[in-house]
Amino acid sequence: MTTMTIAKAINEGLRASLTNNPKSLLMGEDIGPLGGVYRVTDGLIREFGADRVVDTPLAESGIVGTAIGLALRGYRPICEIQFDGFVFPGFNQITTQLAKMHSRSGGKLTVPVVIRIPYGGGIGSIEHHSESPEALFAHTAGLRIITPSNAHDAYWMIQQAVDCTDPVIFFEPKRRYWLKGEVDTENPGPASDPFQAHVLREGSDATIVAYGPLVPVALAAAAAAEEDGRSIEVIDLRSISPIDFDTVTASVKKTGRLIVAHEAPTFGGIGGEIAARISERAFLHLEAPVIRVGGFHMPYPVAKVEEDYLPDIDKILEALDRSLAY
Amino acid sequence: MGATQLPTPGINGTGLGQQSPAGGASGDPAAEMIQLLGPDGKLGTDPVFSDYAKRLDPEQLRGFYADMAKVRRFDQEATALQRQGELALWVPLTGQEAAQIGSGRATQRQDYIFPTYREHGVALTRDVDLAELLKLFRGISNGGWDPTENNFHLYTLVLAAQTLHSVGYAMGIQRDQKLAEANGSNDPKAAVVAYFGDGASSEGDVHESMVFAASYNAPVVFFCQNNHWAISVPTEVQTKVPLFNRAKGYGFPGIRVDGNDVIAVHAVTEWALEHAREGRGPVLIEAYTYRVGAHTTADDPTKYRESAEETAWRGKDPLDRLEKYLRSEGLADEAFFEQVRVDGDKLAAHVRSTTQSLQGPNFRESFAGVYAEPHPLVAEELAWFEEYSAGFEGDEEEGTGN
Repeated sequence: MTTMTIAKAINEGLRASLTNNPKSLLMGEDIGPLGGVYRVTDGLIREFGADRVVDTPLAESGIVGTAIGLALRGYRPICEIQFDGFVFPGFNQITTQLAKMHSRSGGKLTVPVVIRIPYGGGIGSIEHHSESPEALFAHTAGLRIITPSNAHDAYWMIQQAVDCTDPVIFFEPKRRYWLKGEVDTENPGPASDPFQAHVLREGSDATIVAYGPLVPVALAAAAAAEEDGRSIEVIDLRSISPIDFDTVTASVKKTGRLIVAHEAPTFGGIGGEIAARISERAFLHLEAPVIRVGGFHMPYPVAKVEEDYLPDIDKILEALDRSLAY
Repeated sequence: MGATQLPTPGINGTGLGQQSPAGGASGDPAAEMIQLLGPDGKLGTDPVFSDYAKRLDPEQLRGFYADMAKVRRFDQEATALQRQGELALWVPLTGQEAAQIGSGRATQRQDYIFPTYREHGVALTRDVDLAELLKLFRGISNGGWDPTENNFHLYTLVLAAQTLHSVGYAMGIQRDQKLAEANGSNDPKAAVVAYFGDGASSEGDVHESMVFAASYNAPVVFFCQNNHWAISVPTEVQTKVPLFNRAKGYGFPGIRVDGNDVIAVHAVTEWALEHAREGRGPVLIEAYTYRVGAHTTADDPTKYRESAEETAWRGKDPLDRLEKYLRSEGLADEAFFEQVRVDGDKLAAHVRSTTQSLQGPNFRESFAGVYAEPHPLVAEELAWFEEYSAGFEGDEEEGTGN
C-alpha cells in the first residue's frame, strides 16, 4: 500500500500502461515537458520519449481524429482533453466516428481509444473549466464512461480503460486531484471490474448514489445523517456507461429510498436515467420518489456563486429529509 | 517523430517550388496545372512528371482505360439500380474516373486509403468487390467490406472526418517503421492517401489534419478531387485561392493536376507517395476535375448550373482522351475496346445480381456490433427484443424481426 493523490495515481497508472503495453501512447496539449496543466503526465515524456508522450497541436478534433487513425493502425492512444468545456471541438469525432467505427464495420474494426477529461467544478475557475458533460457522452452508444473517486480506483481504472477494446471516456474529478488515498499497486482487489458500482457504506434507511467528485460529499452527508439516527447506504457508481443497475437495484430494494447526486444539471442527466430504470426495476420497493440532487438548468455559473450551484452536504441532506418524509 | 524530434518541414528538391501565384479559385487552371495527356489525346511533357509517365508500359495504359471504363459502367448500373428502387441512393462518379483510377493505381498494397464516399474507382483499384459498395446504399450495412483486406477504409459520410484518421494512421506507420528499421526489417515503406473534395476542404478537420501532418511530417497524401460542385455550391464559395495553394501555408508541397488526365494523375500521385514514403512529409494534390452528373440521385443540377458547363467538361472526358491516345499510338485495337465493353457488361451483371440478392441483415446483428466487449445494457435490450418478438410467433403476419 502506498499513499498518493488521485493525480499521482493516474500518473502511476499511465506509467504502468505505457510500460506494459508497447502500443499505448499519450497525446494531448501540454502533456510533454509541462506534464499537463494538472501535471498528471508529469515526468512521462522523459521516461517514454516524445513518440509515446506526444505534445499535439492545439486542436481537440485533431487529437481525437488522429487517435482514431492510430487505433486503426493497432495503437492504443490515450488522449488528454485539457478541460471539460474544451472537449466540444472534438465532439464530432467522438460521437460520429469513435463511437460508431466498430458498429459501422460490422465488428471488424476496433478503436481502443481512451479520452481523459478533467471535469467538474469547485475550483473557482473561469468559464468552460468547471463543467460536467458526461450525459452528452452517455447518450451515445459505443462509448464507455468511467470516473474514479479515489486514488486506488484511479490507478487501476485508467489501466483498465487502456486495456478495454472499446473506446472509453475517462472523467477525472479535477477538484479531487489532490485527494490522498491508499493505493495497492499490486492488487486491484474490488477494483478489478471498472464497470461495477461499489457500495462504500452500508445502510438501511436510504441510498445515495454519487460518482466522481461528489462521492466524498455523499459520504459526508451520510455521516451527518447518522448523527440524526439515519442509516444511509452510499454507492460510488464508478461507471456511467454502462451503469451497474444490479448494485443500485439491490440497494434500493433494501432501503426503499434513493437519492442520486451529480454536479451535472439534473435535466436530461444521469440521475434521471437512474430514476427511470429504478422505477422499472424496484417500483414496489420504493417508499418515495427517486430524488435528484444536481446542477441547475443554466450554463455553469461564475466562480463567485458556484457554491450555490454545486450539490453539497446540505443539499443532499435536504433531499434525504424529503425522501424520508414520504 | 514527436514534436521535439521533427525535421523542419519544407518544399525541397522537387522542382515544385516555382508554382505560380494564386489567380482565383478556378482562375486559369492551365497556367498552374500539371497536364500530360490533353483532351486531344496528345501526350505533352513536364520537367518532373514526364519521367514518371515514361515508367508506364502499354499494358498499364490499357489497364487504366479498362479500369475507367469499368467503373463508369458500374456507375451507370448503380444509377439504374437506384432508379429501379434497388438502392436508396447512389453517388455517381462519372467524370472523375481519371482522378480516381490514376491515383488508386499509384498506390501500393502496403499503403492505406481513406476514401470519402464517391471513391468507387479507387475501390476498384484496391480490388474491393464493387458489389460490396452497394450494401451501404441499399441500406443493409453502414460499411460493407473488410477494410483490412485491401487497406481500403470504409466510406466516411461526415465530411473530412477521415482526413484526421488518415494522419493518425500515418503517425502509426511512422512508429511502426521506426521499430521495423531498428529491427533491421526491409519491409516496403507505406503511406496513406486521404481523399476529400472541394466542399470538404472547408471543414475544420481538413485544416487540423494538415496541421498535424505537417507538424509530425506524417507520410500522408491529401488527395482533393475538386469536382467544382459541393452539391449546389461552386468551389468559389469554398475558397478564394486555388486549393492546392493552401499547402504552402502548412509548409508542404501542393500540386494541381488535370484530374481528367489519368497519366498525369498517376505520375503526380506516384511522386507524392514516394515523397511521403521516403519520410519527406505530406503532399496536397488537387485533382482538377468535374462531377458531370448529379451529386447524388436525389440531386437536380439543372437548378444550379448551366448545361453548357457540363457540355464543356464532357469535351475534356478522361476516357475519350486516353482512347484517342491508345488508338493513335497503336497501343490498343478495336478488339481491346470491344473486350472492355464486354467486361463492363459482365461487371454490371455481377453487380446487379449480387445487389438484388443482398438481403437486409437480421436486426439482432445490430446489437452485436455496438461494443467489442460484453455490455449489460445491450444484452438486456436484446433479451427484451427477443421476448417481444417471441410474442408474435405463430401470428399470420410477421410483426417484427427481419
